[in-house]
Amino acid sequence: MNFIDNPRKLRGFEKNIRVEKVSRRSILKGLGVTGGFVLAAPVMSRQALAYETGAGKMPHGVVVDPRVFVSVAPDGIVTIVGHRSEMGTGVRTSLPLIVAEEMEADWSRVKVQQAHGDEVKFGNQDTDGSRSTRHYLIPMRQIGASARTMLEQAAAKRWGVPATEVKAVNHEVVHSASGRKLGFGELAADAAKESVPSIEGLKLKDPKDFRYLGKGQIGIVDLHDITTGKARYGADVRLPGMKYAVIARPPVTGGKLVKFEPDAALKVPGVEKVMQVRGWPWPSKFQPLGGVAVIARNTGAAIKGRDALKLTWDDGPNGKYESAAYRKELEEASRKPGLVLRQEGDADAALKGADKVIVGEYYIPHLAHVSMEPPVAVADVKGDKAEIWAPVQSPGGTREDVAKTLGIPEANVTVNVTLLGGGFGRKSKCDFALEAALLSKELGAPVKVQWTREDDIHNGFLHTVSVERIEAGLDKSGKVIAWRHRSVAPSIASTFAAGTVHQAPFEIGMGLVDMPFEIANISCENPEAAAHTRIGWFRSVSNIPRAFAVQSMVGEIAQATGRDQKETLLALIGSPRIVKPAVKDLWNYGEPLDSYPIDTARLRKVVELVAEKGEWGRKVSKGHGLGIAVHRSFVSYIATIVEAAVDEKGKLTVPRVDTAIDCGTYVNPERIASQIEGAAIMGLSIAKYGEITFKDGKVQQKNYDDFQVIRMDESPVVTNVYIVPPGPDTPPSGVGEPGVPPFAPALINAIFAATGKRIRSLPIGKQLEA
Amino acid sequence: MIKVKINGQEQSWDGDPDLPLLWFLRDEAGLTGTKFGCGQALCGACTVIVDKQAVRACITSVNDVAGREVTTIEGLHPTGDHPVQKAWRQVNVPQCGFCQAGQIMQAAALLMDNPKPSHDQIRESMAGNICRCGCYQRIENAVHLASTGV
Repeated sequence: MNFIDNPRKLRGFEKNIRVEKVSRRSILKGLGVTGGFVLAAPVMSRQALAYETGAGKMPHGVVVDPRVFVSVAPDGIVTIVGHRSEMGTGVRTSLPLIVAEEMEADWSRVKVQQAHGDEVKFGNQDTDGSRSTRHYLIPMRQIGASARTMLEQAAAKRWGVPATEVKAVNHEVVHSASGRKLGFGELAADAAKESVPSIEGLKLKDPKDFRYLGKGQIGIVDLHDITTGKARYGADVRLPGMKYAVIARPPVTGGKLVKFEPDAALKVPGVEKVMQVRGWPWPSKFQPLGGVAVIARNTGAAIKGRDALKLTWDDGPNGKYESAAYRKELEEASRKPGLVLRQEGDADAALKGADKVIVGEYYIPHLAHVSMEPPVAVADVKGDKAEIWAPVQSPGGTREDVAKTLGIPEANVTVNVTLLGGGFGRKSKCDFALEAALLSKELGAPVKVQWTREDDIHNGFLHTVSVERIEAGLDKSGKVIAWRHRSVAPSIASTFAAGTVHQAPFEIGMGLVDMPFEIANISCENPEAAAHTRIGWFRSVSNIPRAFAVQSMVGEIAQATGRDQKETLLALIGSPRIVKPAVKDLWNYGEPLDSYPIDTARLRKVVELVAEKGEWGRKVSKGHGLGIAVHRSFVSYIATIVEAAVDEKGKLTVPRVDTAIDCGTYVNPERIASQIEGAAIMGLSIAKYGEITFKDGKVQQKNYDDFQVIRMDESPVVTNVYIVPPGPDTPPSGVGEPGVPPFAPALINAIFAATGKRIRSLPIGKQLEA
Repeated sequence: MIKVKINGQEQSWDGDPDLPLLWFLRDEAGLTGTKFGCGQALCGACTVIVDKQAVRACITSVNDVAGREVTTIEGLHPTGDHPVQKAWRQVNVPQCGFCQAGQIMQAAALLMDNPKPSHDQIRESMAGNICRCGCYQRIENAVHLASTGV
């Protein structure tokens, strides 16, 4: 018997509201592309909350129902549903831990069950945008408090005492007046018969009584399985009669298959079949690119078979895409006025009248996600029913897209979410699951589609490529009086709508128009740029180029005025205040500005904290230098100090990194630290090596040898993380992504301090040599 | 017919002798703890121990290990309590966890060869194993902990 039995109409959740899709997949609707839709979703009452979030505006909103998320078995084992995808942030532990905290469950007697993709049942499941804790801290507390209340009511009835006299404590309910106790397991059947309490009446725990939240003493639930090889990722799913497939896809975005010769492939031992896969015309959203699939008895045979295929492609309209030429186009566009997105004062006039103008033109190339687990999916399609097993960040979106692609009702599609071997935004796009579904339907058998690393790099959804040009005008005293920032980059929206040349609100809101400096004359502009490949979300998205440009410019201003970097930064941030950029419908990571304002007091605080703990201004050895950068993203505030060392041959090492984060109220500081440690490594990978280039429309890199990422021998020797203690009721904010943006500019500023060389083009590559 | 001992059990293979050991382990023998990351011995996610050496299963054929003893993450310790595994849990190393089996196998092989590696030796020896989540600081600390007693 458990709480999931006999779902009834919920009390306290009657108010259904119409919500708009605003998530990463909601872009479909915003762009007028068919496929977006509007759904009624139950949402929590707002009255009980100390703050509002954008959770209710996500597709299918939030479901607060203990019967959906919690079950208690007679033996006392409490099962809590984790409905977000685990890609390394620890969310599969953190959200259930919040429920366990509130319901007084003993964590050692809690099991976590992964939800399949069903947003009507569980609420929104898009695990992206660093949103999970931000949107679910309060709902998960309410779910836990509801379950606790039901257990307490059941015990009170059993004993014939008022519910006010009993209290749940560590997996049992006690009546202290009589000394009686009943375990959760003994109460499970009765508790399931209790009605779900209204949210308004729920009493949440006093944070001073927390056992788990904010403590960081709990390891992730999959820790034992991961260290023993039992953890199940997408590729680890094996079904009876399953076939193994790899696909040869068009090497150029928008290209098409002309012909293929399967004979040599069919001679490879273990290869069973060669077949064409349907592709969609570019821009194809998350739909498959098409190509030729080799079906075999194991993945090795399928790969060998694919190598033997003879393929002829029509490269289509992007066959001339070439990175060096495209860079020139972007640079030229950045030198001319563009669409004005934010205008305060008169930047043109102020720049003309300035005593000194500093110009920085920054280049940040395409990047590939290269999560350790390449895309992979298993599908079993029988008649008008489909079952999918896949490492997807968007289980609900995957379900919708599988249903649409196969032309079957969504109710007939089951999406089982495995662990994700890294996501970083790549697995928000479910093209690999759609490929598996199409092949399984055609073969009438379960199929696993495995992407190789080369496929991942050649046919991904890349991070954009951009030129960020900033002109800063200084008066005689060295004060910045004018700021013009032009950002030129192909937009993610181009993957959804042909003809896109301007960046979308969610892109310009990532560090361009929300720039927080106290400057009288500001102009933020977006000249046009057309895309020639699939652009997608990459961990922290447009914040990577923006923080790189803005925080490098701070370093350049310090350099030009001969002032300290940190003091220059604080002077630019200016007085503690709420920044209200003159921007219509400012995009704020989907969050209301009332709960999540642009608060320069918090921005200053992380700079001061990291400067203190990171010993800003400390003496460093010859050839070493310190650099600092701060950036607000995903409504969190993060400052980083990097110590860089460059030897006579130009070899770069990073002896120390210090990062301070203010992410509001937090759940698991130990996982926050691990995210920030990892962000430093990813930041260093981007700065030192990250570059995807195109020639003749094709990606020139293929694997980890020519698209390098940081390895242990070159990783920072030590990364220290400092978390700002939250004020009462400070809303939680993002953690997974915001650690990345400040790293590269802090490193570049440190390299300048160490060598006097100013790097404006990423990656660093060989620029420090000779 | 190729015979190979995997985690103490004799297995045989009569298919393509050039089949990479990785795919034999994962798709034919059902041992999915060993991961595919690059297929070119660049990332170390597929690291297994052959006799006493760490090897990349993605570029090692079944034929290469004929008559030899292969240990995968599933066979490293009967209850998963090898000092490296215990240290990994104590330090809370993994984020996504996908590369960790390969990291653990590499670390176990390192400690067989050099029971007390210095921090520099750890950083050097583990450099063939990529972690895209960036758990290096913790991996380094866990290997050090395993070498000094968990």
